[in-house]
This record gives sequence, C-alpha cells and structure tokens, in this order.
Amino acid sequence: MAITTVPGAGRAPGRPAPSSPAGPPRTSLGRKVRDNLTGHTFLIGAVLCFAVFSWYPMVRGVVMSFQRTRRGETTWVGWDNYLRILDDPSFWTAWKNTFYFTALALVLGYAVPFFVAILLNEFRHAQGYLRILVYLPVMLPPASALFLFKFYAYDPSDAGLFNAILKSLGLPTSQWMQSPEMTMPAMVIASTWMNMGGAVLIYLASLQNIPGELYEAAELDGAGVWRRIRHVTIPQTRLILALLAMLQIVATMQLFIEPLILANGAGAEDSATSVAYLIYQHGFFQNDLNGAAALGVIMLVVLAGFSAVYLRLTAKQD
Amino acid sequence: MSVPQYRKAAALALVAGLGLSLTACSTKSDDASNDASGKVTITVDCQPVGAQKELLQNWNEDVAEFQRQNTDIVIKSVSVGEQCNNPPDFTARLAGGTVTDVFYGYMTDLQQVLDSGQAMDISEFATTETIPTWDSVDPALKEVFTDGGKLYAVPVKNYSMGLVYNKVLFQQAGLDVNNPPKTWPEVRDAAKKISALGDGIAGYAEYSAGNTGGWHFTSLLYSQGGQVLTADGTRADFNNAMGKQVLQNLRDMRYGDDSMGARQLLQWGDLLTNAGAGKVGMFIGAPDTTQAIVSQFQGKFEDWAMGPLPGQDGAAKGTLGGGEGYFFKKDLTPEQVRAGLKWIAYQKLTPGKGQFDYVRAKPQNYPVGLPQPLLFTNGSEAQKQELELRRANANVDTANFVLFEANPVPIKGEPRNAQAIYAVLDAAMSGVLTNPNANIDALLKTAEEKVNQILAAQS
Repeated sequence: MAITTVPGAGRAPGRPAPSSPAGPPRTSLGRKVRDNLTGHTFLIGAVLCFAVFSWYPMVRGVVMSFQRTRRGETTWVGWDNYLRILDDPSFWTAWKNTFYFTALALVLGYAVPFFVAILLNEFRHAQGYLRILVYLPVMLPPASALFLFKFYAYDPSDAGLFNAILKSLGLPTSQWMQSPEMTMPAMVIASTWMNMGGAVLIYLASLQNIPGELYEAAELDGAGVWRRIRHVTIPQTRLILALLAMLQIVATMQLFIEPLILANGAGAEDSATSVAYLIYQHGFFQNDLNGAAALGVIMLVVLAGFSAVYLRLTAKQD
Repeated sequence: MSVPQYRKAAALALVAGLGLSLTACSTKSDDASNDASGKVTITVDCQPVGAQKELLQNWNEDVAEFQRQNTDIVIKSVSVGEQCNNPPDFTARLAGGTVTDVFYGYMTDLQQVLDSGQAMDISEFATTETIPTWDSVDPALKEVFTDGGKLYAVPVKNYSMGLVYNKVLFQQAGLDVNNPPKTWPEVRDAAKKISALGDGIAGYAEYSAGNTGGWHFTSLLYSQGGQVLTADGTRADFNNAMGKQVLQNLRDMRYGDDSMGARQLLQWGDLLTNAGAGKVGMFIGAPDTTQAIVSQFQGKFEDWAMGPLPGQDGAAKGTLGGGEGYFFKKDLTPEQVRAGLKWIAYQKLTPGKGQFDYVRAKPQNYPVGLPQPLLFTNGSEAQKQELELRRANANVDTANFVLFEANPVPIKGEPRNAQAIYAVLDAAMSGVLTNPNANIDALLKTAEEKVNQILAAQS
C-alpha cells in the first residue's frame, strides 16, 4: 500500500500543521481504512457473505442461462435456452397464473391487512392482545399452516371446515384446490391468513404516527369515517402503502410454497403452476438446469422492472 | 479488553470464521482413495438414517462383515436422508457434484446422470470376478443402464406393477378375494361396490400430482397395449384411442360412478396413507407398496393382495417396470471401482446377504416373501437360491401374491425423459379427476405438444 506524506507530520507536538490553502488536508485511503478498521472489517464480512451467497449465484444463473450442459460438456448456446423457454406451452400458463395470484393478492392480501390495522387502531382496549392474536399465524411455519388448510380447511368433502361452514349457511360447497377455478382464490386466502400479521403491525405502526390533530380537524369539518380514511389516513400512510404494495408484488410473484403444498405442484389442470414452480420443474424434474436458469433470469428482469417503477414513483412522491 | 478492542476482535473472528467455513466448503471431503496402508476407500450413499434403527444396524453389520472379508477396502457410508427416493434432492446433488463415489439412482435417471458428466463407464469392471452373480442378473436390466454399448450402473432392484387390493373391503363389498378384476370394466364394477360401503372409502384410487399421475398413466396405457413414445423415442405417442380410453375409464369412475373418493390430486404418500387407513379398495402398484403401507402408513400385510394388471378387454398387454441401481462417479481409480462393485455385489446381489438376508429380516418384521426384487434371470442359479431362501423364511402370506406371480404381464420399461414426461401427464390425469367437464381430446393434445417440445429440447 502506498504511504502518502501528510503535511505537518513529524513536527513538534502542539504546533498545528499549516492548513492547505485549498481547504482541509486530504486523507489517504490507507488512513481512512485504518481510522475505520472495525467498520471495514465488518464490511468485508458482509460483502463476502453477499458475494458468495447472493451475488455469485445470480451471476452464475445468468451465465448458465446462456449455456447448455450435455455429457458433462458445457457449451455456449446464446439465446437458445430463452427461446426454448418462451416456446414452452407452460410458460404463458405459469405467467398468467402468477399474475392472477398477484392481482388477487393485491386485492385481498394487501387491502385486508390495511383495514384490519385501521380497526385495531380504533380499538382502545386490549389492543396488545388483539395484536398478538393477529400476529399469531405468522409464527406458524408456512408449511404447517398450509397443511392445515390442505387437509382441514380445504377438504373437498362436506367434512372440510370451509365446506361445513358453507353448508351450514345453506350455500353450495366447493372443491377448493381440486377445482381449477378455485385454485388461485384458495391459495390467496391461505397466503393472506399466513402473512397478514406482519403487514398489520407495519400498518399499525404507521397509523399510530399520524398526528391526532389531523383527525380532530377533520371531525370538526364534519368528516365521517370514510372521509377521514380517504383524506387523512391514506395520504398520511401513502409511503408505507406504496412500499408494502411493492413488496407484496415482488413476494407474491415468487409464488412457490403454496402450489407445492396446497396443490401438490401443478394443481388441477396446471391451474397452480407458477413461474417459480415452473423453474423448479425444469431444474429438478426435466433435467434442464439451463432452461431453469433462463426462466429465473426472465423472472429477475420482470421483478427488477417492477422495482424500478416503484423507485421512480416513490422518488417523485418524495 | 476495551470495547473497541473487543469489537475489533469480534470482527476479525467473524471474518476468520467465514473464511474458514468457505475454505471448508471448497475442500473435498475425502481424497484418500488409497491411503498409506494400501487400503482402498469408497464412499457409498443410502445408509439408513438414525431413525431406522434396525435397518441401520443391519447396514453397519454388513459393512463390518464386508470389511472383515475384504481387509483392503474401507467403506465410508453416507446417509443422505431422502436422497434415495427424492428426485429434486438427487438432481441437486448431481448438479452440485456432491454425489458419493458409488451412488444410487432410478432406472429413469441414466440420461440425467450422463448429462451431468458424473457417471463412469464400468463395462470392463462389471464381471463375475467383482460380482459373482453377474451372469444371473437379468440382461434386460443391464440394458436399462447401458448407453452406446457402455454400462453405467449395476441394477439392484426391479419391479413391475399389478392390481393391489384390500381383501377386507373386498369381503365387505361381497367380492371374491381370490378373483380380483382382470379387466378395467371389472375394476369399474368392483370399485362401485366397494365405494358403496360409504365412510369415505374409494373403490379405486389413482394419482394425479407430483409426477405420479403421469407415472400411472404410463402403466395404464401399457395395459391397453399403448406406448408413451414412438419406438425411436422422438415423438409422443399417447394422443390416440388408447390414451383416450385410459382417461375415459378414470373419468367414468370418478364422475360417472363416484367411486374414486372425494379427494384427488394425490401423490405417492397421499394414496398410501388412505390405503393404510383402510379407505382404498384397489390401486395399481408394485409389490413393495404393501411394504410401505405397513411400515409407513399403519396398515396390515394380511389385508392386502395383488393380482396382475388388468387389461381393457382381457389380460393386460403390458405393465410398467422400473427399479434402481448404483452408478460410479467419474474419475474413480480402477481399484475403487472394483471395490465398489464388490460392495454392491455383497450387499445387493448375493442370495443370503444384505438385501437378501431373509434369515435376518424375518424376525425384524421386514417383509419376506414379496415377489420382488426381480433381479435374476428365470432359472438362473442365483434365482433358485434366492427363491428357496425367500420361501423358507417368508413372514408374509405368499398366497396373497400368487395370482400376480402366476399371471405375468409383459414388462415394458419407462420412457426416455420419464420424469419430465410424467410431470406433463399429471395435468391430463388431474384434468379428468377434478373436472367433470374435462375435454379429454384437449388434455391429450396439450400434453402431446409439451412432451414433443421436451423431447426436441433434449435431442
């Protein structure tokens, strides 16, 4: 490492070094590192972790998506894997299913926690207990929660929990996961139940930061509940709403565990096949790791696109 | 130690630990194939897990005895949990290059193993010198693991499918337990009678998820005389009258007769769980499904029997065969390959030893007397010895399998790219089992397009 001579070094203590006419003296890189040794040491660890476990697999995936391995020989095949994946009849089915799930999740999984948070915020008593009750499903491992839905709630016979409720209300029962039409709504219901607690707590924290005077002023102006929500609550929480919408889109588009457990994979007539599940199929059942990598890269690009749009929108809002 | 010093030390320890762990990850676990004493070391997978106490004890006994007989060989056995029957896990290990020196695979895995570049040509090593019973092993099974005239694995298990049925439910439904259905129309009639018992009992149960639907579609198609791929293996060949008949039979039973139970999208464990609970009258399967029903799903051996796979109008024209074997990792030394073959020979291919040690298995309540593994050629010396030992030590009622054994159906192997094709055919199976208005023609046409595309991509 090069050692830079610092002006004033070697002078007798107590005598200040003359300042540069252009401003404060420039500190060398080595000095900067030495001054923040602990921080940099931690930084190296973090960077190594990210490099090895996050960035390298991504780069490797991109490289693999342009290669083909046969008989242990790897060759560059350009866009072949991408063209092949685009030709896969399941490709568009998977995207259609995934977007459908995401749209439903935005309607249900995104809106419901917000309104639950508003309700919780309105309760003045037992709020702590209510928060725990709402958060409880998050503590259940996703696989356990989904098995509960699969074998207990979504049992297609009349003995199933939901069918028993529907029957007691005089409503027609459903085949749930066995019906191609009900597959996605059923997966969204289960997913919302599993994940709602976390979102509710975030919304609740955001709601409690809204100054009470705003509501008082709105009430004085004669605003009812819905107008208060529309003109005070939503504008005051718009940043957190936008952030959670983005996270919701990114998370729901990676739909995987729900099809795997609730639908045993592809579901009735491929109605549960998501993009992430299709990646799994290509990689682990079709002996096509290169195709899986190409599909993974396509998904990465789509999600990066959504994230870029989000960043642009929120930057404008700020 | 002051706080800043402590933080520095912690940071350095963290980085050092990370570095060490990364180094450890990149280090080969065992390079000592030939140690200083001249011993040859090989790693082998599929050691039973700790929870399988008796199986693990048997394995360890086998390793100890084998090493006593072959003092120049060291067996390092590895337990990889579900790897031995979990395709995704196997794929990951194969792609990551972490398979053991001698590693287990399905008969359907040959192409995948070859593509990974992990397999070694063992043609010149697999002889009666390394495997004394080699000449008795069914040549058709060796052929399954052969590509371009080169042998890549040693077969250690073989099965074929038949009709598995619950004798208790047959009796309750007024059916003859000694005369199971021989045709699909007879299966349909019997299923109606069994499901009429109520209590959520399915007269006949079938898979439609997790690749198992396509697996059984293939077997049902074979029973009609059909094939999944054309003879040259380049095109799908199930979008025809026989394929339609398979799906039509199932839709008739599911929605015409309501004899297949309410819950569908079943995969392997789901069906056997229901069977173990006495909720399934009939299904197609290999003899070892009865073993799984007993050992994993709380069923009873005496409740189950097997007949041959039914055909459409008479005897089945074919049944699906499958099985497993052991591959050898590339770049092993000749000594390691010979050592591995000797171990496989001892544990898997010697009557009276390892998997054929029926004297040991009998009191442990592992089934003895099932008509498998069908490894040895009819009339071969090894088969005679194995059959004699099996009959002498049977702990299951072999009468329950007499019909299956006495009426053999021609065995057809699994198609090329079997797992990928099975995944596609799951959709056709789930279509007729979950949608009363499913369009069978459209289901078959879509599946055909997908399979052709997979085949084109693999060519």
